[in-house]
Amino acid sequence: MATRILIPTPLRPYTDKKDAVDAEGATVGEVLVDLTKKHAGLKSHLYNEQGKLRSFVNVYLNDEDIRYLQKEQTPVSAGDTLSIIPSVAGGAQ
Amino acid sequence: MSVLTEKELPRLSNDEIKRYSRHLIMPEVGIDGQRLLKAGRVLCIGAGGLGSPAAMYLAAAGVGTIGIVDFDVVDFSNLQRQIIHGTPDVGRSKLASAKDRLHAINPHVDIQTYETALSSENALELFEPYDVILDGTDNFPTRYLVNDACVLLGKPNAYGSIFRFEGQASVFATKNGPCYRCLYPEPPPPGLVPSCAEGGVLGVLPGVIGVIQATEALKLIAGIGEPLVGRFLIYDALRMRFRELKLRKDADCPVCGTHPTVTKLIDYEQFCGIHPATPEPAAASRTSATEITPLELKVRLDRGERVRIIDVREPNEFQINRIPGAELIPLGDIPRRYVELDVEEELVMQCKVGGRSAKAADFLRSVGFKRVLNLTGGILEWIDKVDPTQPRY
Repeated sequence: MATRILIPTPLRPYTDKKDAVDAEGATVGEVLVDLTKKHAGLKSHLYNEQGKLRSFVNVYLNDEDIRYLQKEQTPVSAGDTLSIIPSVAGGAQ
Repeated sequence: MSVLTEKELPRLSNDEIKRYSRHLIMPEVGIDGQRLLKAGRVLCIGAGGLGSPAAMYLAAAGVGTIGIVDFDVVDFSNLQRQIIHGTPDVGRSKLASAKDRLHAINPHVDIQTYETALSSENALELFEPYDVILDGTDNFPTRYLVNDACVLLGKPNAYGSIFRFEGQASVFATKNGPCYRCLYPEPPPPGLVPSCAEGGVLGVLPGVIGVIQATEALKLIAGIGEPLVGRFLIYDALRMRFRELKLRKDADCPVCGTHPTVTKLIDYEQFCGIHPATPEPAAASRTSATEITPLELKVRLDRGERVRIIDVREPNEFQINRIPGAELIPLGDIPRRYVELDVEEELVMQCKVGGRSAKAADFLRSVGFKRVLNLTGGILEWIDKVDPTQPRY
């Protein structure tokens, strides 16, 4: 089952400039692993050296932060959308 | 309920009543709401992309005191989006330029300017007299500093952030609401997230986000509507789409949680992994075995040496200016396209100022390239030192 993943602007260079891509998996973790298989350049941006999701990248299942669901074990169902929301700092310059 | 419940409200003059009549005839604002705005004090951190439209609307709306913290000078490259400044202001201090413009919009407003870099030493004192802080800064250390100072003082932070054509907004650090650290406990390591100077920004984007921040500041002061608390607004200008994500107060948050570990302002440069700049040695002696200066590159090219220059900027930047003979492979394509390069060949990696090309050089070395040099200062230093005929951006 494919899940739609919305890709934020800073990470689009690693998804051939696409703003949304599909990946397979039954849980958020599986979908993200499949995503980084299909788009290898994303891996170092989403995971740290220990293979943990980076703390400045938030993942939302629909409008809910997965940290407040079952984190990467959160099951995904048909029609769900995953969003990757990294911190950005721009404003003044 | 307004954030300034305990203040004695000022009266409105006849001139002010005429000026604010479109507010006064709305029951949601009315005379009382306008008096709250007049008593209100908003501190804008930065008079740049976000601070420009925010401060202009706050002044027009009649917020009684607007403070601005900035230490920058107006540059031509600001004018594409920082609409508080005009062409004749180039070279002036942003504060002087902003003050003139805001007074022209509304002479009834008191404009306080602070020509300083916000720091852990001055933040609490600067924030103290204000009711709402409007964070329009451009870097992570200042973002965390503004957040922590707002939490410690119990002042709401009308937050906005932009990158290319995507913006984020929320209201942090209200009494029961989440703070920026609840959303992002830690900053990204330096260099992993590009800045606007590096990544670019659509000129109208800070207009939308800055005005959302100003809207939230006005609502907090007038005590009307539903503030953007516990909600994270994401705006994609290209798709023209707003999305709202839920944001929760983290009980374990180091600054606003139940057992805070951050109880005073810290060293935010260090927190964000930025080490204090060491004094730069003279250009001639600076080059290490992994770097080359534009002048050294020029000397070698003039001698007819074979040096392959790889420009890792984006194609649209390559159209603006380039070093003769440079080949374009954007940074994002390097992991896929490095096979086009020869591991034994000498390569000079180059970008706009040297940051992206350093990353590309590190990557190439990690996959076995032996002779990779980074051009220090990028094409901008090349233009300064070697070829001033080319345009800068």
